[in-house]
Amino acid sequence: MAERLIELRDIKKSYGNVFAVGGVNMAIDQGEVVGLLGDNGAGKSTLIKILAGAVKPSSGEILVRGKPVHGWSAAKSRAAGIETVFQDRALAVQQTIVRNIFMGREITTAMGLLNVGKQRAEAERLMRDIGFTSKVFSPDSIVGQLSGGERQGVAIARAIYNQADLIVLDEPTTALSLTETEKVFRFVRNVRESGRSILFIGHNIHHVFDIAERFVVLDRGRVAVEITKPEVKTVDRLIAFMEHVAHPAGANPLDDSPATTGANL
Amino acid sequence: MTDIADKHDQYPQRGALHRLVLDNRAALGTFVVFVLMMALFFWGNPQVFSDWRIYNSVLTTLPVALFLVVPLVFIVTVGEIDLSFPAVMGSAAWIFALGVAAGYDPFLCIAVAIVVGMVLGIGIGAIVVYAGLSSLVATLGMNYLLRGAILIFTNGKSIAVVSLKGTVAYDVLSGSLWGFPVQMLWATAFIILSMILYNRHKFGARVHCVGDNPDSAEQMGIDTKRIRVYTFVFMGFGAALAGIFSTMINFTWWPTSGDSYLLPTLAAVFLGGTPTWGGIGTILGGAIGAVIVSFIQVGIVSAGLDGFYVQFFNGLIIILALLGHRWNQTRYR
Repeated sequence: MAERLIELRDIKKSYGNVFAVGGVNMAIDQGEVVGLLGDNGAGKSTLIKILAGAVKPSSGEILVRGKPVHGWSAAKSRAAGIETVFQDRALAVQQTIVRNIFMGREITTAMGLLNVGKQRAEAERLMRDIGFTSKVFSPDSIVGQLSGGERQGVAIARAIYNQADLIVLDEPTTALSLTETEKVFRFVRNVRESGRSILFIGHNIHHVFDIAERFVVLDRGRVAVEITKPEVKTVDRLIAFMEHVAHPAGANPLDDSPATTGANL
Repeated sequence: MTDIADKHDQYPQRGALHRLVLDNRAALGTFVVFVLMMALFFWGNPQVFSDWRIYNSVLTTLPVALFLVVPLVFIVTVGEIDLSFPAVMGSAAWIFALGVAAGYDPFLCIAVAIVVGMVLGIGIGAIVVYAGLSSLVATLGMNYLLRGAILIFTNGKSIAVVSLKGTVAYDVLSGSLWGFPVQMLWATAFIILSMILYNRHKFGARVHCVGDNPDSAEQMGIDTKRIRVYTFVFMGFGAALAGIFSTMINFTWWPTSGDSYLLPTLAAVFLGGTPTWGGIGTILGGAIGAVIVSFIQVGIVSAGLDGFYVQFFNGLIIILALLGHRWNQTRYR
């Protein structure tokens, strides 16, 4: 079995007496793509903000490679190799691809001067690695000229340069067309092949189903189900389950699946 | 629509010249404005404008404006504005003039004045950044505060520094080399070093990123507040240099020293092609902008027009240049 990268144990986050996240257990192994699903208000964004260290959990434990980390923070999250690509505000769009990839971690020569040639070559290598090849754009192109999917590619390339082990993609395909979504999927597949893990957040079930191998469905701050793709079999069954979570009536469509946890609503 | 092809993974390799033009399109646009303006002046009064003396007189005072415009481009790029540099310039120059008048070595006085400028920069930057104030309003307040302090302490009296004449410091910094004002060489060196800092240095790269998307820069571990403060420190450095050179050129320090530079410097930055919204900018464009502003005044009068036309033409050039840049530059969001 692959190494356990990150484990969340009984993570709770309350605002006053409202629980945004009410006791979440989940784990991400090395080299797997996990899809995090859930309706608006299910606690997806709170959970990824907790992972990024931007929000402190009220209680619970976070383990990195099996070891509990105390005083979880943005710096500890980064040190643990987690990089979150937030939907709209990840990139500096008036800057070049190179400048975005090396933002905050520039390759320099003496006296802090930028090593332009090395940065360019490294950017080209990173873009090739994730499958971001273009006839039109060079590493010196302005990010604002790129399409939405390509921008996600730049953010992913940057995460890889920063040696992230877990890349959290927050709704990476929400605003994208079909072809653009395909591009993001290709980047994600290439990242997985390099042994890194991806947490893919989305509310388009089809997108998440296509790319992830395991799904965690959140509902009102709790894990409604955690299930692998072979177990859920088809996207229709996953959709049916999501509908069941939203409006519980009749039998749980996933009841015949052996790994169903906590789905008895 | 762009196509990420699997087979052809080569983007077009552009020539060095092509890239140079693209990278400097804003500065080049400003240069075109400058050339057109000069052509107009030349046509208005060919006799005056084919004489070296008019250029010499502009080049004598131009460095003062250049020392102000260049750091202001950094501040605008990082997403802030500074209106307090005239008072910082006046303060640093005041210390310089006091020291020289008291008989201290001019080089020592220069060093102290530069430190004063930078310390004021730290103070102004820290107030704006760490107290989270609007830089537009806070620096306006600082400008009044500092200028007021100068007027209170000096009783509005100027300081003559005629003793500078003939000193090594004067000859090296603002003497004359075969009839050419030496200070122009220092200003040129300042521009070149600043361009390297802005375009080819870690600091410049971070200034761009912070001005473009502070959230992203913060997430990538950049101390965005510190970068902002540094730009104000650099502004203090430039303002001190401007004050020192201005005092040396005139052999006098006035309590109002620097005041007249506020609006022309701002105009030079923006007509030079640095947009107001932060994230991008051009040092070279700003420098050419300063040259334009300096020549308008001389040009109008020499072309035989009344001095009353100066402000009108200032405004005309600014608006035309802004329209040009609007057309020349796309804003990416």
